[in-house]
Parts: sequence; C-alpha cells; structure tokens
Amino acid sequence: MYNFNFHSPNSIEEAINIYNSSEEPKFLAGGMTLLASMKQRLIAPSDIIDLRNIKDLSEVSSKENHITIGSLCTHSEISNNVIIKNKIKNLAKLANGIGDPAVRKMGTIGGSIANSDPAADWPAAILALKANIKTNNRIILNRDLFTGMFETSLEENEIITSIEIQVPDFFDYIKFPNPASRYAIVGIAIAKYDNNVIVTVSGASHKPFIADSLSESLSKNFSSKIPLKTISLDELNEDIHASAEYRAHLIDVLTKKIINNN
Amino acid sequence: MHEISIKITINEKIYDRSILPNTLLIDFLREELGLTGTHVGCDTSQCGACMVLHNNAAIKACSILVAQLNNQEITTIEHLQKDDKLHPMQNAFRNNHGLQCGFCTPGMIMSAISLINENNSPTEEEIRKHLEGNLCRCTGYQNIVKSIEEGAKDMREKG
Ligand SMILES: Cc1cc2nc3c(=O)[nH]c(=O)nc-3n(C[C@H](O)[C@H](O)[C@H](O)COP(=O)(O)OP(=O)(O)OC[C@H]3O[C@@H](n4cnc5c(N)ncnc54)[C@H](O)[C@@H]3O)c2cc1C
Ligand code: FES
Ligand code: FES
Repeated sequence: MYNFNFHSPNSIEEAINIYNSSEEPKFLAGGMTLLASMKQRLIAPSDIIDLRNIKDLSEVSSKENHITIGSLCTHSEISNNVIIKNKIKNLAKLANGIGDPAVRKMGTIGGSIANSDPAADWPAAILALKANIKTNNRIILNRDLFTGMFETSLEENEIITSIEIQVPDFFDYIKFPNPASRYAIVGIAIAKYDNNVIVTVSGASHKPFIADSLSESLSKNFSSKIPLKTISLDELNEDIHASAEYRAHLIDVLTKKIINNN
Repeated sequence: MHEISIKITINEKIYDRSILPNTLLIDFLREELGLTGTHVGCDTSQCGACMVLHNNAAIKACSILVAQLNNQEITTIEHLQKDDKLHPMQNAFRNNHGLQCGFCTPGMIMSAISLINENNSPTEEEIRKHLEGNLCRCTGYQNIVKSIEEGAKDMREKG
C-alpha cells in the first residue's frame, strides 16, 4: 500500500474541508473495500479521511412510519438493532448475511451503498424499499443513486449521512451466495407497500435493477404464480460463477421462494 | 508523508508511537512489537488467520490501519493465557485435537471467543455459521467445532 496522510475529523464540515484542500483524497468508513483496493495498489489516495469519529453518523432512529439508519452503522450493529428488528426484521437478516462476522463488525451500510458493488446486498434492498439517501448537502432518491458498476450519482466530496426508509408492509431479501465470498450470484429484494410491489435484483447485472414485469405481476397478485424468464439474457452477467441463463432462472426461483416463505 | 502519533493499548499495555499512516495492524503487531502469534494467511481479509479482539469482538488485523485504532484497545492470542494457565478455549482446542498444523488456530480461537462473548451457548449450527470467516486447510473443521463446544462450556462454568 502506498503511503498517504491520515485525518480523523470530528465533524462533517471538517471532513469536507479536508477533502477540498487535499490532492486525491478518499473517505474511509469500515475499510473493508477501500483498504483492499489500496493494498492491491488499484488506487493510491493522497489523503485518507476517516469518518468513524463523526458521532451522529452511527445512530438508528424511527419516527412514525420511517426509520433512519446512520451511514456509519456497521452491518453487525444493524443486525442487532432493536428498532430495525421491530420495524423491518428482514433488513437485520440481510445485514447478518453479509460476508462473515469480522467483515460485519467493520463494514458499514454507507460504505456499501457508496461503493455500489453490483453484487452487494444493501443496494438491492435500498432500491426496492421507499428510501432516500441523505448526504451532507442534499437528499437523493434511491432510484437516482446507483448509476453503474461501482458508480453512483454522489459528488466526489459528498458524504452519505443516513438512509431514510419508509416501513413497508412486507420486505424480504434472499441471495444465492457465492460460497467463497458470500456476495450474491443473484439476490432478490421484494418490498410491498399496499398493492405496490417492487422486486429488485443484485448480482446479476452491472448494477442493481428493478425487475419490472415481476414487480407488475406481484402488484396485481402477490402469489408465486409469476411470469417466468421475463428478463432479457442480454441484460445479465456471464462469468465463471454462472451463465446468464442460470442467473435468469435464479431470479425466478428466488422470487418464488420469498413469496412462498411469506 | 507525515508520521502520525498514536496511542494504542495492546494486551493491556499502552504504546505511544509515531507511525507511518499506512501501517496495518498486523504489521505493527508482528514487526514492531514482535507479537507473532497473530498470523498472516491471505492478507486479503478472507482467511481469518489474523484475527484479534477489539471491543470483545474479532476483527481481521490485515484489514485495519493502526491509525483507525487511536486510543483504542486490542487483545491478541498472546494475552489469553493467565498465570501460566491456558485460556479455556485454548485448552479445549488441545483436548479435542482442534488443530493440525496450527496455522489457522490463533484466528480460530479469537473468533471462537468472540462468538462466546456474544452468545455463550451456541449450537453446532451457530458455531459453523460463525466460522465463515475462518479457513482451515487441515482439520475439516470437525474437531474445531467440538473444541468450541467444549470451550464454550468451560468459559460458562468459569464465568
Ligand atoms: C471478505 C468480504 C466479504 C464480503 N461479503 C459481502 C457480501 O456478502 N455482501 C455485501 O454486500 N458486501 C460484502 N462485502 C463488502 C462489505 O459489505 C463492505 O463493508 C462494503 O462494501 C464497504 O463498506 P465499508 O464501510 O467497509 O467502506 P470502505 O471500504 O471504507 O469504503 C468504500 C467506498 O465508499 C466510500 N464511502 C464510505 N463511506 C462513505 C460515506 N458515508 N459517504 C460517502 N462515501 C463513503 C469510500 O470513500 C470508498 O470509496 C464483503 C467484504 C469482504 C472483505
Ligand atoms: S490474513 Fe487477514 S484474513 Fe487472511
Ligand atoms: S490446522 Fe492447519 S490450517 Fe487449520
């Protein structure tokens, strides 16, 4: 790993000021992705700005039918959080399925969303739920955030501060994990608000996406009689883990599994 | 690049040091302090050989900077034994032949203690799920799971 200057600001303003006055800075949350890329010398930031000493970023709160999750909450904190377990228990289950216990102790929801790994679990869930991403200077609608593989609509010097989620009538996420990394080969999130159902898919394409025909069919009839193979194979990944066809099949199988478990 | 001053407590001993910001915890432990009980397997956060305790929970020392741990506390495998007596989890690994080459063992033991700190009577399934971050190339895990079951029991009995 190349060397860098290290900063640990106590406030967002301070973090942004340091960012703006540095050459090639990077924010650091849990480091589970960033440090690995630095060790491989894929990136060489001039300055690392650790966000973990900024206090208000690690809180979970709820108000009426919304919950707010601070961006610096770790996967492990989320999986054990009482508010989340009470309001959207399968979000806690999702958090508990990320990587392994030591990864969950360090990795954060904000880091995962900012990183926008197409195979990550949080992005699909955030996209399915009615969710807004709050940053230091604006509110981004979930659908506007994930723009591509490892790409988001965040500005370089923008910090995610929290994620606000409207509590759904039903939510679940399951994945067919890669047995080594636990990342999703395919993951499916389903969120239901009254008769409005959104199905999203992770792991299968260059970014998490909404499966339109599945969402439409489940909005009309929330049952496992779904139309099959609705997603064009051209949109799906092919790699050593799975063919596009296999992924298309998994999308249907996992969707039905969620409905049948319900 | 500037060195930074950090204060870190390792095995109940306070170290005030000036370090390069890119110093990983694993290198600090092994190279600076000579604490070579914590191993490096993959160096990519996959194998768990480098696990240490931070706030009673296991983390991977190959994937955290010392700079991130300023004013915080770490416990390594060297600090488990008390008054010449093995920690109950270490003892359980010995009794149950929970190791062969021993390379993964420090990480396994730290991971096991981290599990018991959260859940003092885990089922076999919970133990196996917890070990997702620890790889062993020798044992086939059978005796590791047995060791952790016995270690958990002894830790409960010894409070
Ligand atoms: C062995 C292993 C297995 C894993 N398995 C899974 C898995 O099964 N599923 C899954 O979803 N993920 C998995 N991950 C990834 C893990 O969830 C990481 O926690 C996550 O991708 C990054 O979060 P972090 O807090 O560590 O971010 P960091 O690595 O610190 O940062 C990642 C990026 O996000 C930026 N960033 C971080 N926080 C913010 C913020 N608040 N605002 C703006 N930018 C920010 C950083 O600048 C950096 O570019 C795994 C990781 C490892 C090492
Ligand atoms: S050396 Fe740290 S996880 Fe393998
Ligand atoms: S005992 Fe050899 S790697 Fe586990």
